[in-house]
Amino acid sequence: MDYLFDTSGDRQTMLRALGVERVEDLFDGIPSNCRLSSGLKLPAPLGELELQQHLESLAGKNYQAAQHACFLGGGSYDHFVPSVVDSIASRAEFYTSYTPYQPEASQGNLQVMFEYQSLICELTGMDVSNASLYDGASAVAEGVLMCLHAAPRGGTVLVPHTMHPEYREVLATYLKHMQATLRVIDTDMSLLTAAELQRHIGADTCCVVLQQPNFLGQIESLQELADVTHQAGASLVVSCDPLSLGILKRPGDLGADIVVAEGQCLGTPLSAGGPYLGILACRESFLRRMPGRIVGETVDRKGRRCWVLTLQTREQHIRREKATSNICTNQGLLALRAAVYLSVVGGQGLRDVADLATRKAHYAAQQIADCERFEVVGNAPFFKEFVVRDSAGQVDALLSHAASRGFLAGLPLGRWYPQFRDCVLVAVTEKRTRHEIDAWANCLANAPVSRLEVTNNA
Amino acid sequence: MRNQQAVQLLSELSQPGRRASTWPDCDVPMPASSSLLPRSCLAEHPPQLPELSEPDVVRHFSNLSTRNMSVDTHMYPLGSCTMKYNPKRHERWAALPGFAHVHPLQSDDTMQGLLQILFELQQMLGEISGLPAVSLQPAAGAQGELAALLVAAAYLADRGEKRHKVLVPDSAHGTNPASARMAGFSTVTVPSTSQGFVDLDQLHRQLDQDVAVVMITNPNTLGLFDPQIQTVSRMVHDVGGLIYLDGANMNAIVGVSRPGDFGADMMHFNPHKTFSGPHGGGGPGAGPICVTHALEPYLPSPVVEYDPSGYRLNFDRPHSVGRVRSFLGNVGVLLRAYAYLRTLGPEGLRRTTEQAVLNANYLLQAISPLLPVPHGPRCMHEFVATAKVIKQERGISAMDIAKRLLDYGFHAPTVYFPLTVPESIMIEPTETESKETLDAFVKVLAKVLQEPDDLLHEAPHSTEISRPDEVRAARNPTVRWQTTPTGNNG
Repeated sequence: MDYLFDTSGDRQTMLRALGVERVEDLFDGIPSNCRLSSGLKLPAPLGELELQQHLESLAGKNYQAAQHACFLGGGSYDHFVPSVVDSIASRAEFYTSYTPYQPEASQGNLQVMFEYQSLICELTGMDVSNASLYDGASAVAEGVLMCLHAAPRGGTVLVPHTMHPEYREVLATYLKHMQATLRVIDTDMSLLTAAELQRHIGADTCCVVLQQPNFLGQIESLQELADVTHQAGASLVVSCDPLSLGILKRPGDLGADIVVAEGQCLGTPLSAGGPYLGILACRESFLRRMPGRIVGETVDRKGRRCWVLTLQTREQHIRREKATSNICTNQGLLALRAAVYLSVVGGQGLRDVADLATRKAHYAAQQIADCERFEVVGNAPFFKEFVVRDSAGQVDALLSHAASRGFLAGLPLGRWYPQFRDCVLVAVTEKRTRHEIDAWANCLANAPVSRLEVTNNA
Repeated sequence: MRNQQAVQLLSELSQPGRRASTWPDCDVPMPASSSLLPRSCLAEHPPQLPELSEPDVVRHFSNLSTRNMSVDTHMYPLGSCTMKYNPKRHERWAALPGFAHVHPLQSDDTMQGLLQILFELQQMLGEISGLPAVSLQPAAGAQGELAALLVAAAYLADRGEKRHKVLVPDSAHGTNPASARMAGFSTVTVPSTSQGFVDLDQLHRQLDQDVAVVMITNPNTLGLFDPQIQTVSRMVHDVGGLIYLDGANMNAIVGVSRPGDFGADMMHFNPHKTFSGPHGGGGPGAGPICVTHALEPYLPSPVVEYDPSGYRLNFDRPHSVGRVRSFLGNVGVLLRAYAYLRTLGPEGLRRTTEQAVLNANYLLQAISPLLPVPHGPRCMHEFVATAKVIKQERGISAMDIAKRLLDYGFHAPTVYFPLTVPESIMIEPTETESKETLDAFVKVLAKVLQEPDDLLHEAPHSTEISRPDEVRAARNPTVRWQTTPTGNNG
């Protein structure tokens, strides 16, 4: 037993001290008919070497971005992670500690959280940030709940359908039993215009939720939409791509009241979708409605500067059913990664990364648009993602052809938008080289078209 | 030996012009992004982040890490949190490129290895819980609670039932009532008996046709297995309600007793506790849920299924409550749980449970002459002592004792939870502490209780800081740097 200390000698000594003969006697408190009569039906144990070989063989069955050039996005991106991030996050003093309930034994984590909060405020242009949530999707939901709690009678939540479909699903789940109506605005493949928002917004609108850039990569006119939202007396929740803030204006400077984000792009690899990092920051007026941990500065009994968990009367362990949220465990280690990432990359580095991604994405769009079979959809400005329409309407065959040639070539949109089933969402990060982009475009351009399917779709 | 300079705030360490990252020149023939995008959306200057060199960053965070206690460096008997050893092999395996660089929206065909692991984990959790239908999607225990309560609500609604109440024992974790509220229920508190069990008379009075779910923590937060659990289950089922089991304390019963066998209809696991995911300074965790066959159609979508053609994500679940999290959940935490279960196997899991319970009982026995354990003399994986007497006699609080333990190199137990025991000190040693460490802990506790009052009131004395002013922090919240990192330096 690799993780246990017990030797039969120790076990006997301890049992003797307890005055029991067998360890089973310690389970006497469990009624016999609640006890398992036989062992669990689970696979036999494996030693470290065997299990490593097993896991390596399973890992080997997965396509992955270190081998296949990755053009997949949709809320999870193959950005570069500097080695310092892995090095710091693999310090066991960080990753084997827990929530800083004892501030004297946790000043390291607490200061990291405080710095994370500060970095997020600088990045988003907001007044305050919490110490993390689960992911971008639940951050959207929690942001909306903050608005609903501030509006005593509940109300309508407006979301364009170009918000990440999975985020919309999570939001719908969270709102299922709230006094709220979720209304989705269909904008086809376009930006949400102020006029369109104006048509949907009303006195019963509690908040508007926007994604910037939206799920299709397009850059919304945030300021105009914020003005319409505020004129109607509603709040604005913006879900942003933190890396885009290397070049784009901060949501806080454009009227957002609450800014949420998926923080994976700040120093966390794709990781098959998790654990990721939910970012939530807001204006000061929302401070006491925030979910989750918040770290604050104070002094100790000798006047030394230090950090503690603060405003805990919002939280479930004190307020129980009246808490602002049920969240307890958060994503401390991922927040650490984001703090280290932002420290290493810095403001200028973030601008460089965002600039590279933008230029490469636009180059990729040009290359694919040059190919007769494909069209880049819409003319809205975009950041690192864009939509390609396959005139042959054979998206699945196209993508599996590309996969067999070493490309995770794009996301088919049909899963979420049946009307866009001939479209693919393409993401280009700073990691993609010109060589990879050219080869990708070339691969797609030369993908075979099956006559049968064309007829079916026509 | 302490480096005070390196642990200044990043904003204070910042120096204009320092950089720790250099990015390649653009290799595509495109103009700068400022001419590709409309001026109206572009920021005037780069984000105002600290300007640091790589050594600055490394020294800063490395020194900060030394200001933490952690499982790798200290015994961490934090009751209810199961701070057990986190195997190093898990870290290596989670970082394998075939896991770490998989995109969550890849097609099923391109991630068969990963889906196989998730499928097998679903099956193993179903077997351990006795509840065969599993969703791995929730990101933490509390989100698992929410998801399962939504499942219950959907199930009851499908049966045309309008039940709006969730019953929660007074000793439950705060997440229970908070989750119930988020799932649209009103909560009713069930008092405990003096032994800390569910008060059956009270429960009987509170159970009616409006009760949807009763949330049970068993073993409970006092570390006791409720001997009436089957009676409780029967009573709840008799009025048409469902039993939710908070799985926070599963480390006490894995391989010994299964919630599905004692009447639970749904439960969550905390793999970061029971199956040794590192706690990460507050997370990540995961919160997979297991439910009965009857509740299976309502589980979050997608679930992983297997047919002869391979492993598939099934999104076609018309009765599902929907998603609670993007993508596939906290896969990295789930991978570690899978590795843990495959490493230990059925016998190893049982041995682990036995050792966790043996360690806790051994500590209970040794500590009870020092501090009363009102619900002793036996416990499961944890127990709750009280400083009530010493508080009355000498003014020494549970907090004083907890703080002084830090000076001797032990992380403090959980204090002031559960709320039902005054001056509570909740101790969970876990199975991965040796007898010598447990003996040393007892010796230190005995010594601490003999020390002068003032020494305890002002403890800890050896840490960088002592007794932060929490009232001041909350009254006048400072939750970010007060100076911007750049600009003011330049």
